[in-house]
Amino acid sequence: MITRTTRRALALAVAAGTALAMGTACTATKQAGASGPTDGPVKLGLVTKTDSNPYFVSMRSAAEQEASAKGATVIAKAGKEDGDNDSQVKAVEDLIAAGVRAIMITPSDTKAIVPVLKKAQQKNILVIALDTQTDGNQGVDATFATDNTQAGVLQGQYVKAALGQKQPRVALLDLQPGVTVGDQRHNGFLKGIGLADSAREISGRGDTNGDQGKGQTAMENLLQRDSGINAVYTINEPAAIGAFTAIKNAGKADGVVIGSIDGGCTGVQAVKEGQIAATVMQFPGKMARLGVAASVEFAKSGAKPQVPTTGYIDTGVQLVTDKPLGGLDAKDTAWGAQNCWGKK
Amino acid sequence: MTPILQARGIVKRYGHVTAIDGADFDLEAGEVLAVVGDNGAGKSSLINVLSGAVLPDAGEVLLAGSPVHFKSPHDARLAGIETVYQDLAVAPAMDIASNLYLGREIRRPGWRGKVLRQLDIRAMRQRAQKQLDELGITTLQSITQSVENLSGGQRQSVAVARAAAFGSKVVIMDEPTAALGVRESAQVLELIGTIRDRGIPVVLISHNMPHVFQIADRIHIHRLGKRAAVVSPREHTMNDVVAIMTGATELAA
Amino acid sequence: MDTAFRNPAIGPLAALLLAVAVFTVTTDTFMSVDNVSLILQQSVVIGTLALGQTLIILTRGIDLANGAIMVLGALVVAQLATGAGVPQGIALLAGFAVCGGLGLLAGGAVSRLSLPPFIVTLGFLTVLQAASRLHTRETVLVEEGPLTFLAQGGYLFGQFQVTVGVALVLITVAVLHFALTRTSWGRHVYAVGNDAKAAMRCGINVNRVLLSVYLLAGLLYALAAWQAFGRSPATSPNAFPTANLDTITAVVIGGTSLFGGRGGVIGSYLGALIVLVLQSGLTQAGIDPLYQQIATGILVILAVALDQFTRRSTR
Repeated sequence: MITRTTRRALALAVAAGTALAMGTACTATKQAGASGPTDGPVKLGLVTKTDSNPYFVSMRSAAEQEASAKGATVIAKAGKEDGDNDSQVKAVEDLIAAGVRAIMITPSDTKAIVPVLKKAQQKNILVIALDTQTDGNQGVDATFATDNTQAGVLQGQYVKAALGQKQPRVALLDLQPGVTVGDQRHNGFLKGIGLADSAREISGRGDTNGDQGKGQTAMENLLQRDSGINAVYTINEPAAIGAFTAIKNAGKADGVVIGSIDGGCTGVQAVKEGQIAATVMQFPGKMARLGVAASVEFAKSGAKPQVPTTGYIDTGVQLVTDKPLGGLDAKDTAWGAQNCWGKK
Repeated sequence: MTPILQARGIVKRYGHVTAIDGADFDLEAGEVLAVVGDNGAGKSSLINVLSGAVLPDAGEVLLAGSPVHFKSPHDARLAGIETVYQDLAVAPAMDIASNLYLGREIRRPGWRGKVLRQLDIRAMRQRAQKQLDELGITTLQSITQSVENLSGGQRQSVAVARAAAFGSKVVIMDEPTAALGVRESAQVLELIGTIRDRGIPVVLISHNMPHVFQIADRIHIHRLGKRAAVVSPREHTMNDVVAIMTGATELAA
Repeated sequence: MDTAFRNPAIGPLAALLLAVAVFTVTTDTFMSVDNVSLILQQSVVIGTLALGQTLIILTRGIDLANGAIMVLGALVVAQLATGAGVPQGIALLAGFAVCGGLGLLAGGAVSRLSLPPFIVTLGFLTVLQAASRLHTRETVLVEEGPLTFLAQGGYLFGQFQVTVGVALVLITVAVLHFALTRTSWGRHVYAVGNDAKAAMRCGINVNRVLLSVYLLAGLLYALAAWQAFGRSPATSPNAFPTANLDTITAVVIGGTSLFGGRGGVIGSYLGALIVLVLQSGLTQAGIDPLYQQIATGILVILAVALDQFTRRSTR
């Protein structure tokens, strides 16, 4: 009978497919030399928001380099999209089961991730947050992160200096409401430029999700509303590059100061080309290296990193521009290209 | 004797097109009535009215002498009129027994049927097998074969068996031999004869004149949305019928 | 027996056992009571969502909005229970009402208006994601109580941890399997997926079957929301962004045909487990998780190819 044959074929082929996939995977193990009995090198886990964003890619490769220099291995996992808490929870659970000594994580949902991190702590695993603090620092032993408010302040101060005597007419290109990082940078910027959220000098604001295309659309709409905009706050460099495209298409490339935050290599390049006036660099690689160092130390001695009263260990920010202004400490784009993250 | 199924002055229009233009129809007890007609003569529309798939604009349908108003094929089925459609209306991935009882499954007796609404799969299989045996259908090896694994003729047998099992008054068949080979056609024609012999009249829509002449007791010839004539295959030749169909000859209806 | 509900569970079961065997041999940590228990716990949300997806796919539909429906339901529940101070049990019932109502609405559009399920649920996805974000932009935490009841559990055979959530997902699979294979309703679901016109001609009320399927799927999504609270007592509009594709993956790997009318819920649940076993096993082996995606992708294509092959060879 045909159906019985096909049923068997189905079973066999699915099995073969799995075997094939496993085969690939196992070959990969041998190449990486990562799998091994528990008495091998110290195993560390890294869970990022996604595995596609260059920011997290550079974090991951820095962690892997630092780990191999210190004789440890890193199992790297990621959510599928920003905000995908479920995948991060599963990743942490799988890492616990795999017997890691420490877990470094950039939490997508700073509240919802807490219970599983506490579970890890109960198993005597060191939990380190990178880049983003959890809600009230719960469930983590230490956080290595950018001072996002300070990053915003620097952007605001620079934009203010660049405008000089001109009356500011500012467009704000935000992340999306309700996300802490976005609020911190936004508020820092307003502090740095010396304006209130309700000030008349604020022409309008738009959400970009940190995306270049959405940044362009948002800027186009804001320019429709007020063609006299002369300064733009951006949440990150992709949004800034999108904003620049909109401004250039509107024929106003020379009259508008765009500030940004991130320090990605594409962003530094955009500063060099004059698309972005200045950007504030953050250091994901440093976060990862410090995280790995603390993890390895914990595995050896059981010592946990000291956390200052701010609640996190500041990995620093650096203003990058080729036109230093207003006495702000700035590095040029040559330095920026050396120290940026992502594809150099 | 009152005809089992009658239609009087049926009219059906689709926009400007009049598909049925005051057609009459009579099916006598215990007969095989063939309905023939050129493409576009309105056979399908007439059959759709009789099987409840289409509501007529005017005219009435009478079952055993009393007027009936079918709003859906389901109504017609409840009244004992079963239709075997040209595309058979079977679920290919389901087995023969399931298809025979599709839409009128049998539940288990007792609490399992009442509370859990559990089906009595065994009873359905047994009865389906019995039904096939009674109709002399021997070409199906197992009642648990999926319909998609059957040949065209075997599928036709399933659809016919289903109609025969539940068609207590009338069975309507739309082109049952159109897609079949010689041997399979013969089996289906034999099956039609079996149903008639069990006392259920059959309406057979067909283009195939030899088949019509082989099995039909009377031939209803449809032309231009009306009944042009009813003839007996014993008194008329195929050429006569074709002549009436195409309008070359006229005969009092 | 019918091909409609026959074969599906065997292929995926073989794949699952093979994957388990491979990881048992290649890693020290995969095959432990704790890890097996963990994988079962990880399966409850996508596993439950996949059951609703299976019902819809069996009727030749597809649901792109299941994650969005669940998330909106979860947000309503969480906000009622925390912000409005409604007892958790009542809030949960409200969640079932919201998700069931949305299911009915989608089912109405598919059946009464004869709109393609892909388009209807794509529209639902877009609207509901925005609605969720209008509702709240924050992560809402819920207190312990009926909402987190499914996280409770006990030990079987001394050390095998089973949560109420895991037991519930297994029961749900069993009940749905019974309903699909042993009741008229189930047969009508398959018949509609096989050939809706034929089903109608057999006296099946196709619209009512479709409505019932979308309604039931909606209720299953509410159940999934409850399961999600059992996994993690928090929800946000950004949660489960890829639930629609994850469930379609599980359903397809589980052997249910995207063309409707054949397959079943057991296969879908096994499909969900296979993905999790690959995730877990590759983590234990210290292999890049991207290989899990590659393996999953290969399985999806294989499963669809086999389905096509089965359908062609029997036509």
